[in-house]
Amino acid sequence: MSHISVKDLKITYGNHKALQGINVDIPDGQITAIIGPSGCGKTTFLKSLNRLIDLCDDVKVQGEVLIDGKNIYDPNADVLSLRTKVGFLSQRPFPLPMSIYDNIMFGPRIHRMNGERLRRQIDGLEKHNGVNGHSSPGQKTQDHDKKRSNGDQLVESYLRLAGLWDELKDRLHAPASKLSVGQQQRLALARALAVEPKVILGDEPTSALDPISAKLIEQQFKLLKEKYTIVVVTHILRQARRVADYVIFFYLGELVEHAPAEEFFSSPKDERTRAYIAGEIS
Amino acid sequence: MVRRRLEETIFKILMIISLTLVLTTLAAIVIVIVLKGYSALSLDMFIKTPKGGYYLGKEGGIANAIVGSLCLALGATILSTLLSLPIAFALQKEYTGKRLANLTRLSLDVLWGTPSIVYGAFGFVIMMYFGLRASMLGGIIALSFLMLPIMTRAMEEVIRMIPQELKETAYALGTTRIEVSLAVVLKQALPGIITGVMLAFGRGIGDAASILFTAGYTDYIPRSIFDPVASLPLAVFFQIGTPIPEVQQRAYASALILLIIVLLVSLITRLLNAKYSRHIVK
Repeated sequence: MSHISVKDLKITYGNHKALQGINVDIPDGQITAIIGPSGCGKTTFLKSLNRLIDLCDDVKVQGEVLIDGKNIYDPNADVLSLRTKVGFLSQRPFPLPMSIYDNIMFGPRIHRMNGERLRRQIDGLEKHNGVNGHSSPGQKTQDHDKKRSNGDQLVESYLRLAGLWDELKDRLHAPASKLSVGQQQRLALARALAVEPKVILGDEPTSALDPISAKLIEQQFKLLKEKYTIVVVTHILRQARRVADYVIFFYLGELVEHAPAEEFFSSPKDERTRAYIAGEIS
Repeated sequence: MVRRRLEETIFKILMIISLTLVLTTLAAIVIVIVLKGYSALSLDMFIKTPKGGYYLGKEGGIANAIVGSLCLALGATILSTLLSLPIAFALQKEYTGKRLANLTRLSLDVLWGTPSIVYGAFGFVIMMYFGLRASMLGGIIALSFLMLPIMTRAMEEVIRMIPQELKETAYALGTTRIEVSLAVVLKQALPGIITGVMLAFGRGIGDAASILFTAGYTDYIPRSIFDPVASLPLAVFFQIGTPIPEVQQRAYASALILLIIVLLVSLITRLLNAKYSRHIVK
């Protein structure tokens, strides 16, 4: 699990100040919800945590983001390993133009994870899946295991972790683009987890989904927080109430308030927070 | 209300007229060529080289031009694909700034509009400089100049249409620019790239002016890329310019063969596109 600490972060797009002077510590092993109206810098903040923000035009970042004590904006920082460590789920899921199987194996293949590392990863997952009450893939298919490659087992394990295995096990080599949006988002989660991140960022990951798929994703997040630090942007207050352990409130590019969820919702300190929670401003 | 309905009707009529024009033009070309060339079409036309006089022969066939055109067009297609793909990839915003990219696009558009006789003359100057005589190699190089802008612009348009979020998804897994280009962008854009390649092939195989000085003409099938080579468009050009009716007829037969080749290429493009769009993300 990773600890994220943001110090005096300022982000501008051209002349537009998107974020100003953000200071916050994001707790490890919890779900942190970032709430606030549209256009107030939530996504900008989220993307600054794995430097996806670098891909935007005319963007300028000042200040520090420390992940496990290292400033990710240090000129010598390794962006590739940062992004491997900090996984990302976008608002609308985008399957990569390949099969379901290849989508999950994309990360491990790119990072050339060797058999031993995959094996270790699978063992870890089997324990994790076991804890969550799923049957372990190892027990069921022990006889076949020797014949199946590490990749096959890895794909199965991650699909189980994302709650997709039973739906997809018979069409692993079908195009991922043919899945429903809800399935695509869970596949995106499985794909992000396959590179073994420590942090998962979600940019309104349920906003394009039907209520049932959205619930499945929320459930996955709750299960995953034992192993990962999770940061989710949402503009649905009820969702924040349901899943968040910690809440950060952005308003017009400013971090207004951050606190543990219970405290945040029951006794907000800032007038704007109170008004937002009460639904007086949007 | 009457005005808006009238507007609708006028535009509908305009559309029908344009559509009819396109379809009848194609039909008219095919009908005229088939009617005029049919009687000269025989197996000999495909498998024999001209007999009885320097390329104006009434006997034999135009195997020299068929083989020559296929060699020229295939060679030029391969050469310009090798050049176009890197340019098209490099025009993505991750690699090239807006200004340079736009300047490149402008240059390509100017090159696209450049008459092919200019490429022929330019190719001829270069050949003189290197002391080459008219040869298959010279023709391939001149044709590549002609194909390059068509191919690059077609590919680049498709690559530019790829949603930024799709690339972001891949970047978020810790991939480099080149990995994203080769593993994601190439796959997603493949049908468009194939179309671009085939479009340029079709344009190249039918061009006469650029190979007039550079490839030369011969009654024989070339033995090496340093030999002069015959081509279908020039076969049509020379044969139709003669006062002998039988030879003129053979010009139409040659045109028909050229048309059939282009038609086949279009069909192959369709088939390949269907095959490679399976995984495309929409």
